[in-house]
Amino acid sequence: MDVQTLTYIIVGFTFAVYIGIAIWARAGSTKEFYVAGGGVPPLLNGMATAADWMSAASFISLAGIVSFTGSDGLVYLLGWTGGYVLLALCMVPYLRKFGKFTVPDFIGDRYYSSTARIVAVICAIFICFTYIAGQMRGVGVVFSRFLEVEIETGVVIGMAVVFFYAVLGGMKGITYTQVAQYCVLIFAFMVPAIFISVMMTGNVIPQLGFGSEMLDGSGYLLDKLDGLSEELGFGAYTEGKKSTLDVFCITGALMIGTAGLPHVIVRFFTVPKVKDARISAGWALVFIGIMYTTIPALSSFARVNMIETINGPVVQMEDGSKVYGQGTSYEDAPSWIKNWEKTGLIAFDDKNGDGKMFYSGDERNEMKIDRDIMVLANPEIANLPAWIIALVAAGGLAAALSTSAGLLLVISTSVSHDLMKKTLTPDISDKKELMWARGAAAVGIVFAGYFGINPPGFVAAVVAIAFGLAASSLFPAIIMGIFSKKMNKEGAIAGMIAGLLFTAIYIIYFKFVNPASNTPDNWMFGISPEGIGTIGMLVNFATAAVVCKLTNEVPQDVQDMVESIRFPRGAGEAHDH
Amino acid sequence: MSFKDKGQAEGYWKENLKIMFKLLAVWFVVSYGCGILFIEQLNQITFMGFKLGFWFAQQGAMYVFIALIFIYVKQMNNLDKKYNVEE
Repeated sequence: MDVQTLTYIIVGFTFAVYIGIAIWARAGSTKEFYVAGGGVPPLLNGMATAADWMSAASFISLAGIVSFTGSDGLVYLLGWTGGYVLLALCMVPYLRKFGKFTVPDFIGDRYYSSTARIVAVICAIFICFTYIAGQMRGVGVVFSRFLEVEIETGVVIGMAVVFFYAVLGGMKGITYTQVAQYCVLIFAFMVPAIFISVMMTGNVIPQLGFGSEMLDGSGYLLDKLDGLSEELGFGAYTEGKKSTLDVFCITGALMIGTAGLPHVIVRFFTVPKVKDARISAGWALVFIGIMYTTIPALSSFARVNMIETINGPVVQMEDGSKVYGQGTSYEDAPSWIKNWEKTGLIAFDDKNGDGKMFYSGDERNEMKIDRDIMVLANPEIANLPAWIIALVAAGGLAAALSTSAGLLLVISTSVSHDLMKKTLTPDISDKKELMWARGAAAVGIVFAGYFGINPPGFVAAVVAIAFGLAASSLFPAIIMGIFSKKMNKEGAIAGMIAGLLFTAIYIIYFKFVNPASNTPDNWMFGISPEGIGTIGMLVNFATAAVVCKLTNEVPQDVQDMVESIRFPRGAGEAHDH
Repeated sequence: MSFKDKGQAEGYWKENLKIMFKLLAVWFVVSYGCGILFIEQLNQITFMGFKLGFWFAQQGAMYVFIALIFIYVKQMNNLDKKYNVEE
C-alpha cells in the first residue's frame, strides 16, 4: 500500500474514534460543559492536560527549532516543562479548592470586582485566539502535505471535527478525546524517534542514544555534531549563542506564561479533589516529559542525518583527521527532497553551478531548509517504512486538534460564563447559558478556521505575546490572590494593567512598529521581546505592592475566602455553587 | 473552619510554605542554575557522553521537575493528615 492510502486509513480511523467518543460523552449541563462534571480521574486528566498542552507547534516545530538552535533550544525545553512545577506547587491545589469554573472567576471573586474579572476575560480571550490561529494552520499543513488536498480543505475538515466534539461535548467530550489524542500523538512521536536512535546508535532509548557513540564508528554523536556544526559555520551545537541574561528571561517568561495560561489551568478544575489536582499535575508532566525529553534527542539525530544526506558523509581518516562532505549531486537526491520542494519547505539554489547540494551556515550555503521538516520529513530522511510516515500525519493532527479544542473551551466559557452569566445577564437559566457556551464555541471555530486559511504573517510573533501577557498579567494576579491576604482590588487591577501594557508595548514596538530595530543593541538590558514577560511580571508585582499600600483594606469575607482555599478539606462542596 | 484553632491554621500554612520554598529552590538550581547560569562551567565535565551543562538543560532538569512534583504531593498529603484537613 502506498503512503497516501495508509495515511487516509490511519487518519480516518483516528477521526472516527474522536467522533465516537464525542457522541458517548455529550454534556447535559453547564457543569459538564465547563469542567466535565468535576469527575475526571487524575491520571486521565494528566494525559488530557498533556495533549491539551502539546500543540501543533510542539509536535511539528519544536524538534526543528532545537535542531537549528542547538544549546539555546533549552529555553523552550525548560520553559515549557518547568512551568508545571509552578502550577503544581503554587496554583493548582488552591484554585481547585476555590472550585469554580474559570480563571476570571477566581480573579473576579478574589478581588471582589467585575473590573478585575473583565480584565482577566480580555487577557484569556486574547491569549487563546493568538494560539488557536496557529493550530488550525498546522492542521492545514499536515493535510496538504500528507493527503495532498488544498490547505483550505484541510482546515475545513479540521474545523468540522473539532466543532463536533467541542460544541457537543464541551469539557467532557474534549477531555476524553484528548486522552485518545495523547495516545495517538505520543505513539506517533516515539516510534520514529526510537527507530532512528536504534539505526544511528543501537540504543533503544533515544534519551540515552544521543549521548552514545555512533554505530558507524565515527565517535560520540554530539562530538560529531559539534564538529560538523563548527566546520559548516554554525558554531558548536552544544554551546549557546544567546546572552545568558536573555536566555534567563526567555526561559522565565515561558515558564511563568505556561503557569498563567487559562486553558491549562482550567484542566485542573475537572478532578474531584485537591489531592487529585496535585497528583494530576505530576502525571501531566510525566506525559509531557516523555515527549519533551525525546525532542532534543530527535533534534540531534535529525540534524546529523540531514547534514550527511545533503553534504555527504564525514569520512574518518586513518591518522584520526576528518574529511567533511563537500556536497552530493542534486540529480541523485533522495525522493524526500523532491517531495518537500513542492511544499516550499526545502529549496535548492545551485550558486556555484556544480550540480551539488551543499548546506552550511556561511556563504557556501545553497539550501533553504524549513525547520518543520525535521519532524515531518524525518521518517523519510531516515528511510522508515510507509506506515510510520502515515502515523506522523495522524500524530500532528491529534496535537493540533487537542490544543484547539482546549482553547475553544476557554473562549466559549469566557463568553457564556464570565461575560453573560457573571456580568451582563446574571439571571439566565442553566440551559440558556449552555446555549451561549455552544454558540460561542461555534463562532470561535469559524474565527480560528478563517485565520487558518488566511494566516496572519505574524503568527510566530503573537505566540511571544501570548506567553508574555500570561506571564505579566494573569500569573501575578493569581499568585498574589493566593499567597497574600492583603492584596486588594486596586493593587491587583493596577498591577495587571501595568504588566500588560508594559509587555504589550515592548513586544508590539519591536515586532510590528519598528521591526528593523529588533536587535540586541536596542533591547532594554539586552532582553528580547520573547523574554520581556519576565520583566513585565516584576512590573506587575511592584505596581500592585505600591498601589495596595496606598489604598483600602481587603474586606473580611474575602480574607476568609483566602484562608479557606489554603487547605484541602471541603473542596467537593465548594464546587457546586 | 476545619482547623481546631488559629494556631493550627497558621502552623499548617507555615509548613506548607516551607515545603514549597524548599522544592522551588531545587527547581531554580537545576534549571536556572545548572542549565543556564553555570552551563559553561558544567560543560567542562562529561557525563554519560554529554557535556554536563548541556545535559541538565536538555534532559536532567526535566527529570528533576517531575520528581519534585511527586515529592510535593507526598509531603503535602502527609501534612494534610497531620493537621487533619485531608478530604
